[in-house]
Amino acid sequence: MNPANYLYLSALLFTIGAAGVLIRRNAIVVFMCVELMLNACNLAFVTFSRLHGNLDGQVIAFFTMVVAAAEVVVGLAIIVSIFRSRHSASVDDANLMKL
Amino acid sequence: METLIGLLVAAPLLGAGVLLTGGKRLDRVGHWIGTLLALLSFVFGVVLFADMLGKDADARTLTSHLFTWVPVGGFQADVGFQLDQLSMTFVLLITGVGTLIHIYSIGYMAHDERRRRFFGYLNLFLAAMLLLVVADNYFLLYAGWEGVGLASYLLIGFWQHKPSAATAAKKAFIVNRVGDIGLSVAIMLMFTTFGSFAFNQVLPQAQQASTTQHATITGIGFMLLLAACGKSAQVPLQSWLGDAMEGPTPVSALIHAATMVTAGVYLITRSGAIFNAAPDAQTAVVTVGAVTLLFGAIVGCAKDDIKKALAGSTMSQIGYMIMAAGLGPIGYVFAIMHLVTHGFFKAGLFLGAGSVMHGMNDEVDMRRYGGLRKYMPITFVTFGLGYLAIIGFPGLSGFFSKDKIIEAAFAKGGTEGWILGGAGLLGAAITAFYMTRVMLMTFFGEKRWVPDAEGHEPHPHESPSSMTIPMIILAFGSVFAGAFFSLNSRFVHWLEPVTGHSEGDSPVSAGTVTAATMAVLVVGVGIAWLMYGRRPVPSLAPRGSLLTRAARRDLLQDDFNHVVLVRGGEHLTRSLVYLDHSLVDGVVNGTAASVGGLSGRLRRLQNGYVRSYAVSMLGGTAVLVAATLLMRAV
Repeated sequence: MNPANYLYLSALLFTIGAAGVLIRRNAIVVFMCVELMLNACNLAFVTFSRLHGNLDGQVIAFFTMVVAAAEVVVGLAIIVSIFRSRHSASVDDANLMKL
Repeated sequence: METLIGLLVAAPLLGAGVLLTGGKRLDRVGHWIGTLLALLSFVFGVVLFADMLGKDADARTLTSHLFTWVPVGGFQADVGFQLDQLSMTFVLLITGVGTLIHIYSIGYMAHDERRRRFFGYLNLFLAAMLLLVVADNYFLLYAGWEGVGLASYLLIGFWQHKPSAATAAKKAFIVNRVGDIGLSVAIMLMFTTFGSFAFNQVLPQAQQASTTQHATITGIGFMLLLAACGKSAQVPLQSWLGDAMEGPTPVSALIHAATMVTAGVYLITRSGAIFNAAPDAQTAVVTVGAVTLLFGAIVGCAKDDIKKALAGSTMSQIGYMIMAAGLGPIGYVFAIMHLVTHGFFKAGLFLGAGSVMHGMNDEVDMRRYGGLRKYMPITFVTFGLGYLAIIGFPGLSGFFSKDKIIEAAFAKGGTEGWILGGAGLLGAAITAFYMTRVMLMTFFGEKRWVPDAEGHEPHPHESPSSMTIPMIILAFGSVFAGAFFSLNSRFVHWLEPVTGHSEGDSPVSAGTVTAATMAVLVVGVGIAWLMYGRRPVPSLAPRGSLLTRAARRDLLQDDFNHVVLVRGGEHLTRSLVYLDHSLVDGVVNGTAASVGGLSGRLRRLQNGYVRSYAVSMLGGTAVLVAATLLMRAV
């Protein structure tokens, strides 16, 4: 199978994720889109690892997963506390820092 | 002996320090402390004088280096004293007349509750003036020069509750500042040209460098002249002297006779080598002197205020001295000689005027005097002797010194000599006129007294002995000083080693000059007698001719200053303010407004929507990636 197809898939997933982050208001969905982007990157790393015949990309994919896990922990905590105080998970409502 | 020079200055300085910081507990003895320290300084002066007389004429200069004041690289300002015959003459005049004025003030200021402070200022005045004349370099002289300015400011404005006195003090100070700029510029020029400002460095070098650095030396000469004009009240910086009469009368006597106005004459005589090397500056000096001697005399003719008439007279007499000093080696000695004799009779005249005011409820208008000779015999006699001395009555001191100046002016030679000599003779005639006028209006004729503002009828009486004794001593000086100095040309031999002296060769003989002086004297006195002696004096001033009215307003000097300097200054200020508001503020405010507007625009980017931040991040990343790829491709 042509490895370029994996890269196309990765770009597609990344684009979907980015579009979701920019368009959706619901913080949970935005969050999931961020995960989608991270995983799109992981796919690209793994593909390049295969293409170049070394393990660097795979190691970085593991790192990304660890970072993503940590991010989920912190991010979800923030979203839950925002939801508790503002009764909404919309990112547009959380604009207290606006000048 | 050398340390005595320092003590000479230190004594009155100590007095000033003690009296001004001592507070109220010194109120009862303050005037004695001040007078004793002035007297102590005089005693030191006499001891030094006696010591000096015991030495050879060429070895009389005494120097003493105290410490280095400002040592910075090549710039070295020393505190050092130099006492030669010229300084000695001044020291004796300042401390002698100064002490008499201190004694007089004890009586004159007896009822003033701030008498202690007054004596403190008087001591400060003496100390500054002594520092000025014994300094061995221009830098230290400048310190004394400024000290004199400060003390005169404090004393002229001593009755500061009167707005006129406060204004007069400010005027004197500000006009003096204009002159001081001249002195400081002269000192800077000296330092850059000769690398020093010690007398014994600058003056010989100025003589040698007269051809190579002619322009610089002429510049120094002009700047020194400006300085002398400020302190000595010469045209065009003369306007402060008349207003300075706002101070207590002893202050006027001190300023006019012993200190302050004589500083300019001292400066020019001391810097003789510079002026000898700069004929243009010398011409300017004689011009200033000749103009001022006529200017002051004309102003003196029209004033009804006794002190202001005497102030005009001082201006005129100092004009004689400046003119003599501008004549070069033929005149320096006579300038100083006239300065000393003038110190005696002008101090005597001012103290006499103060005595008259003391007896007349502080009335100064001579049209309200009249017939006072019966009530104040001692004042009348001492004032009368001062009067005879100033008009140059034969045998009295003014006769010898003024005559010599007029002779020296003729001896200048050429047209210049004739003009200067003529101005001197004309001045002598006007002096005789206005002094006779003062004398007749004050002591002769019938009484013209009126009750003062509170309805007190004046009861003229002789002043206490603390006031009359100094007047008597000064009257002795007025009578005998001139003859004493002139005998065997004593004064010429005394000062010659310092200032140099040469007999000019005069187109007219000395006898002719004396005869002419006598003739103009008779004419002046005669006209005054016809106008004020034969006819009763109206107690309200008549309107007078155009010249009289101008002279009453000090020949429009204040109006001139107002129109040219004050108005000009106001216009300049206003245009600068306009420029400041429109241009400078415009640029500053414009910058602020444009930055503010720009930030208002930029603020909109910060809208608080996370998604729009995310777009900008994405956009930024895209741009960076695109740029990186592009760079790679190239």
